[in-house]
Amino acid sequence: MTDIRAGTFEGAAGRPAGAERERERVEAENRRLAEERKKIVRDGPKLKGAKLAARLETAWRRPPGIIGWLATVDHKEIGRRYIITALAFLALGGVLALLMRIQLARPDSALIGAERYNQLFTMHGSTMMFLFAVPVMEGVAVYIIPLMLGTRSTAFPRLNAFSYFMYLFGGLMLWVAFALNVGPDVGWFAYTPLSGPEFTPGKRADVWAQMITFTEVSALAAAVVLVCTILKTRAPGMTLARMPLFAWAMLVQACMIIFAMPAVALCSSMLISDRTIGTNFYNAAEHGDALLWQHLFWFFGHPEVYIIFIPATGFVSVLCETFCRRPVFAHAVVVLALISTGILAFGLWVHHMFATGLPRVGYSFYTSASMSVSIPTGLQIFCWLATIWDGRPRFQVPMLYVVGFIITFVIGGLTGVIVAAVPLDLQLHDTYFVVAHFHYVLIGGAVFPLLGILTYWYPKITGRMMSETLGKIGFWLVFLGFQLAFFPMHWSGLLGMPRRVYTYPAGLGLEVPNLLSTIGAFVVALAVGLFVINAMVSLYRGAIAGPNPWGAASLEWATSSPPPVYNFEHVPVVESNTPLWDLDGELPVVTGLRVDQKEMLLTTVVAATPDLREPVPEPSLWPFISAVAVGIVFIASIFSPWAIAVGIIPCAIALTAWFWPKELKRHPEPVIS
Amino acid sequence: MILEPRFTDDLADLPTFKFGPSSLTWWGVVGFMVIEGAGFALAFAAYFFIMGHEQGWPPEGRVAPDVLAGTLFTIIILLSEIPNTIVKKAANAGDIAAIRRLLPVMVGVGVVLLIIRAFEFNSLNCRWTDDAYSSIIWALLLLHTGHILTDWIDTVVLCGLMFTPVAYEGRRQVDVDENSMYWRYVWLLWIPIYLMIYWVPRL
Repeated sequence: MTDIRAGTFEGAAGRPAGAERERERVEAENRRLAEERKKIVRDGPKLKGAKLAARLETAWRRPPGIIGWLATVDHKEIGRRYIITALAFLALGGVLALLMRIQLARPDSALIGAERYNQLFTMHGSTMMFLFAVPVMEGVAVYIIPLMLGTRSTAFPRLNAFSYFMYLFGGLMLWVAFALNVGPDVGWFAYTPLSGPEFTPGKRADVWAQMITFTEVSALAAAVVLVCTILKTRAPGMTLARMPLFAWAMLVQACMIIFAMPAVALCSSMLISDRTIGTNFYNAAEHGDALLWQHLFWFFGHPEVYIIFIPATGFVSVLCETFCRRPVFAHAVVVLALISTGILAFGLWVHHMFATGLPRVGYSFYTSASMSVSIPTGLQIFCWLATIWDGRPRFQVPMLYVVGFIITFVIGGLTGVIVAAVPLDLQLHDTYFVVAHFHYVLIGGAVFPLLGILTYWYPKITGRMMSETLGKIGFWLVFLGFQLAFFPMHWSGLLGMPRRVYTYPAGLGLEVPNLLSTIGAFVVALAVGLFVINAMVSLYRGAIAGPNPWGAASLEWATSSPPPVYNFEHVPVVESNTPLWDLDGELPVVTGLRVDQKEMLLTTVVAATPDLREPVPEPSLWPFISAVAVGIVFIASIFSPWAIAVGIIPCAIALTAWFWPKELKRHPEPVIS
Repeated sequence: MILEPRFTDDLADLPTFKFGPSSLTWWGVVGFMVIEGAGFALAFAAYFFIMGHEQGWPPEGRVAPDVLAGTLFTIIILLSEIPNTIVKKAANAGDIAAIRRLLPVMVGVGVVLLIIRAFEFNSLNCRWTDDAYSSIIWALLLLHTGHILTDWIDTVVLCGLMFTPVAYEGRRQVDVDENSMYWRYVWLLWIPIYLMIYWVPRL
């Protein structure tokens, strides 16, 4: 039995009487703790099955009601909220897309004016990038990663709860502002000087900049949670070499967030200070430089694309493995490709700036860097193709999305190589060709795998299967609708149609591609609607899934569907890359964790040998209250910089209360109350 | 059907805390250090980007910041590593009495540094609204002040906690250890900022 270290008192020799009293007090305390320690309950061969489940349930369940809802630290609840909120923002962003497509369906349309149109594309881009794509990936990971790694909780579950509320408040702020006609209208990358105080007075650009602040705090918090979870909480035996590819993808993605998000934090803070307190970072009249914005923004913005894409490659690897019934071909190559994509992504940002005028060597360097990133991505695609080739593929709905992904993403990747070449980029910059390119890589590269993986993990999350028939109809609609919507954009772009224009004149040959795009957009919307209907109906009517309906290999399928609040009765042990395929009927487990209090196992970073027993925090309202306090400061600072000076006090109080133990007495073993 | 367990090993004897990379919070602290480091690195890049546009540095008509307050600050923050190292060692040795003596010293050091920092702002010889040069040196100093302030609040809270019975829990001593590690980061980051604000304009 591990003892809690009692303090040593040599250092207190100067005050013998006081030290003596303290020593006696501590010794009495140690005797009390030794007594209490005998009452601790642990799982093991003598405590298993239903009796163990009941114990764990008592220790892990949260209080009921609205307070419990706000206070929860269960990664599954938080992950579900993340996913649902992100899908709601996808729907909102999609409605804006439809409005834009209606406007562009015919030339010289007067349905939506230029100003409103500026708001629509700004809100669409900002919502899709910051409120849908990144959060949905993190939401899926927050739900699945602990299950996949065989642990009971994420690291820092309260930070995880905080990150969700920050995300929610940031999204609400943006959309409430839009509803009140203070929505941003400067594009999702808010280039200075347009977004500066001179050309966009009023609060629109500030709302955009603070929405960035909210989502970046949220994404950074979630990234730290994920990195620590992946490195420290894996099941014993799950060495880095045996770690599932989705966990690798999320590790790379979270590290990218950690390095990239500070750039947008810095540049948007500089923007807001230019706008509110009169600094001159981007003000050319006072020796600032608008290009400083572009450098900082794209230092974040380009990795951002990979932050969205890399988790999706993790999804594809998961789906290929399960539906081809063999491990992904060349596991190590895929891991190295993920890591090198993550590193190369930080060397490309200037290719967004080819049209700004660069030194010649800059052109060559960033062209070759941009093209080189297609090498690891290409390697991954060949590994998946080899997996399909060598496996016994079952073309159920999730696997169809993999096929849709490969086709669509390869097209988007090829147009990416095209626009990486400077002479072509100068011609195609800011045209619909670029719009086509990034929708091919973002929808094809991220949304298709996302729809596949949601279908795949739906039974784990809800306990029921989604309808295969509706799913197949939905897949073909979304796949074909997507091609119809976005392929003609290559054409309109080559014809010279600039992006972000609210209308175009008749007679330039733009009518047909635009009308096709609009029709396609509605087909995609129909398919997304069908997906939602399928998900809702299956919640009640779907076939009961059972723990492992797809016959998959990773640990999330070793527990029931939906998983109990404590995830696993005993902590599983991993002995191979595909644990559930290599069992002889029984799941190897370790025991000895407390079951009367929340406790999880920490393992070493590389070899995943058992390292520590770690208490898991109880539910707490303070993450929510802290998010409210921080949120008020962020919003108020749009109106007065003093809000930061004043607001730091409630924030400090809330954060202190979050960390302060609720009982200032020692426990036989640590708990986080 | 849930799989039947095959019992392999019992981990009841595993410890509940360790110092260094075994600790989960150690990784959390390192994560936030990297985030802040990335932010500072990009702010440094912005500084040199703006500098690259100017003929002189400081730009013509500006006077470089006075070095007295900043240098005093630097000397004190470097010296603060002495009590900081002693606290860190005391935490590793579980010496609660020493922690209780020295953490308040670190709180006091923070107060002194924050007071000197106010004088530093006063000796920059410009206002943030003057030009891009002024904006970026104010930004660097402000970012680092945020760094000092957050660590100071953290130290105050931890110090309060160490005067309660939970000080004897090993995990709290790990907190002290990691707080000391973070303070090292705070003063290490200050060195390039000090050079950039006070000495690069004098080159």
